[in-house]
Amino acid sequence: MTLPAAAPAHADAPDYLHTGGGVAGWLNTRDHKRIAIMFYVSVLVFLALGGVFALALRTELLTPERTVMDAMTYNRMFTLHGVTMVWLFLIPGIPTVFGNFVLPIQIGARDLAFPRLNLASFYVFLIGAAVTLAGMIVGGTDTGWTFYTPYSDQTPTRLVPVVIGVFILGISTIMTGINFIATTHTLRAPSVTWRRLPLFVWAMYGTSIIMVLATPVLGLTLLLIALDNGLALGMFDPAVGGDPVLFQHIFWFYSHPAVYIMILPAMGVINEVVPTFSHRRPASYAALAAATFGIAFIGFLTWGHHMFVAGISELDAGFFGVLSMFVAIFSAIKVFTWVLTLYRGSIQFNTPLFYFLGFLFLFVFGGMTGVAVATQSLDVHWHDTYFVVAHFHFIMVGASLTAFLAAAHYWFPKMFGRLYNERLGMVGAMAVFIGFNLTFVPQFLLGNLGMPRRYYSYPPQYQWLHVLSTGGAWALGGSLLLSLANLLAALKWGKRAPANPWYSRSYEWLTPSPPPTHNFPVTPALDTGPYDYTISEEEFRASASAR
Amino acid sequence: VNPTINDWLRTILFLPPQASTVAPAIDHLHYFVIITTMVGATGVALLAMWWLVRYRRRAPLQEPPPEEPAPSSIGLELGIITGLFLLFLAWWLVGFLQYLRVRVPPEDTYDIYVTAKQWMWKFAYVEGNQTIAQLYVPAGKPVKLIMTSRDVIHSFFVPDFRLKMDVIPGRYTTLWFEAREPGTHPIYCAEYCGTQHSTMRAEVIVLDQADFGRWLAAGQRERAHAPTPSEPSVVGELGPAQPMPLRQRGELVAAREGCLRCHTLNGQPHIAPTFAGMYRSRVPLAGGGEIVADDDYLTESMMDPLAKIHAGFVPVMPSYFGRLPPAEVAALLELIHSLGETPEKGTPP
Repeated sequence: MTLPAAAPAHADAPDYLHTGGGVAGWLNTRDHKRIAIMFYVSVLVFLALGGVFALALRTELLTPERTVMDAMTYNRMFTLHGVTMVWLFLIPGIPTVFGNFVLPIQIGARDLAFPRLNLASFYVFLIGAAVTLAGMIVGGTDTGWTFYTPYSDQTPTRLVPVVIGVFILGISTIMTGINFIATTHTLRAPSVTWRRLPLFVWAMYGTSIIMVLATPVLGLTLLLIALDNGLALGMFDPAVGGDPVLFQHIFWFYSHPAVYIMILPAMGVINEVVPTFSHRRPASYAALAAATFGIAFIGFLTWGHHMFVAGISELDAGFFGVLSMFVAIFSAIKVFTWVLTLYRGSIQFNTPLFYFLGFLFLFVFGGMTGVAVATQSLDVHWHDTYFVVAHFHFIMVGASLTAFLAAAHYWFPKMFGRLYNERLGMVGAMAVFIGFNLTFVPQFLLGNLGMPRRYYSYPPQYQWLHVLSTGGAWALGGSLLLSLANLLAALKWGKRAPANPWYSRSYEWLTPSPPPTHNFPVTPALDTGPYDYTISEEEFRASASAR
Repeated sequence: VNPTINDWLRTILFLPPQASTVAPAIDHLHYFVIITTMVGATGVALLAMWWLVRYRRRAPLQEPPPEEPAPSSIGLELGIITGLFLLFLAWWLVGFLQYLRVRVPPEDTYDIYVTAKQWMWKFAYVEGNQTIAQLYVPAGKPVKLIMTSRDVIHSFFVPDFRLKMDVIPGRYTTLWFEAREPGTHPIYCAEYCGTQHSTMRAEVIVLDQADFGRWLAAGQRERAHAPTPSEPSVVGELGPAQPMPLRQRGELVAAREGCLRCHTLNGQPHIAPTFAGMYRSRVPLAGGGEIVADDDYLTESMMDPLAKIHAGFVPVMPSYFGRLPPAEVAALLELIHSLGETPEKGTPP
């Protein structure tokens, strides 16, 4: 891997990119920053793959009947898109890249608690990804990423390799979760008390708890459907006394919390971006931290809202409906706190702030449509239509991917020691927002009209909305390429970044850009906590070298 | 809601016609929820944008920057959150009551049995009538569907009724509705169920009660005079079945039984080999070797489709053993005969 030469601000230690070791130095590294970069490259490749699948799907949907592929290929393609985006991009995305890179620095640690486990999690992730993708190419399962039984027991395609691949990916996720929890408990610098924990760390900590508690349930479910499909165990097959709806309960018991594995890290990024660019402490640190755990906890009690028309009892449906609304309450607390943080700030316009603004609209709209689909009588019409597709893409793409891009720009100077082109970055952020809306707003309308999801062919009256959506998808793809090209160009031609280009007061900006291998020459003593904008840049810097 | 406003909102929100008795109330909640959502999201984004511009940094950063005292926001925030919670609770309460109304059928329903399979809908009436892909119901009378699946989970969805219910193998689920007036409304399968999921469509044909009675009676007369107990009813046509050529009857059977979802008649390969030119052609087999597609092989393939699989096609065909009376098998064979013996074959997709 070739990375730009950038002299560290404190030239006494070489930065982590230039400690040498060649290729082996990267592949055998225990440095959380290098592992983060390896994850970064991997998840970007998978994002691109998932994006290509999405564009192929959208292109097929340009016409009501066959456009470029047959029905079986289409069904395999949407499965591939879902599996890739969920397990190879959204779930690992922010935690393994930015969590890995930033979390130890933000708590004043030299590395994660278990550096070898961290490296192992990367290779387990690669193995899982390879098995999953190979399974998709060879067997090409067509069940959709939800693997609903008993179709997945009977599918004419090969299911088992994909399921085993996702199982392995789950092991990697658990490793990451354990590592973050242990690190947060044991490696905080003495001055970083729980009350001074940066909000991004709180978000990672909450995410890790869900990872550790929910992923084993996914593993169990996947093994059971592999046994059902491969060895005719019959756990979920009514022909031999199994229960197909039981699968939906245990699948969503994992997969609904998994939504919060994807969104809490995104909220964590926003928690950092807003105070930095408004140069102000968050309107309420306690509210942001507590709401994280509110969401993490209540997320385990809402899975039934995926099953309002699957024959669960009306009373159960009522409980699941009202519990689901608490998620929106905790999310609203976060939204108001972010917006209130802007009030009387000293706001500096940079690309991450543009992504925050896009995130805000998409997250609030996507979140409130989430409450709408948790409203049972409305969900009866919307369930399994494009309305639901549009709703979860507002959260998964509109919020999570937007926050990923915000993080990619926000921490870029820290990770690579370079500054990207701000103007192009802002144009990219706006283009992503416009392309996204053009893709998914028509899908809300399609859902209202009653267009079911996972339809290869569709009645012709839906066509013009599909054409709009496909146009938007290509625009979105193009704007993502623009943003990526801007960042890649900055690796080589970008201006050298100072240690703290955004004048932030969060701890990671105390280290040079890029940081030396052990992050801090001495353990920093921070007497004021993060987000203290009453101190000057010199006072902030001084805290890094104390003790 | 005033009918003009109702129509106007329904149009801008792209909602289909309100053809069932529950649809208008559900739509009214829909309007309220979506308008609040739009206003909320736009309002928050506009407020953020206004503050972003209002408090933009006008001069280079001063050191140390002036930290304004935090606005005493706790009361305001608590107020907003409580208001929001009450709003959501109102959505939930109305939605839950409507859900109970949708889910719990009234006592005096007219019952129809629904069987879903890959990839068709079958409807059986208490009076003995049977249809495929066309659900005839009376207007202005509550109808209860008692549904099950023969293979995987399907979902019965009528957008114009705002109703949907999963159809699950090994158990029965129910769905009730009352259609407001005569008309035709599409039925979709909403739960992914395999290769041809998106073609698993049908329609609800709502007749007024007198016409529905005549339709039921016509079906009964047809069965009384028919030479076989399951004479195919002509799709969409009332009155007794007419004598017809075997080939034409084969086409009707092929359409009714779903053969044509996978097999084409025009030489175009689809999910399955085309019927055109199939008769007496040489069929390459998946396990190697080949076989001549004579009457024996064609019959075997209907009754036990996995016995000898045409190479290059995914084995998705269901067995018709016990489901096709001999006369209909003969009609299908005659149909395939009539499409020629040309050995020209499509290649698998």
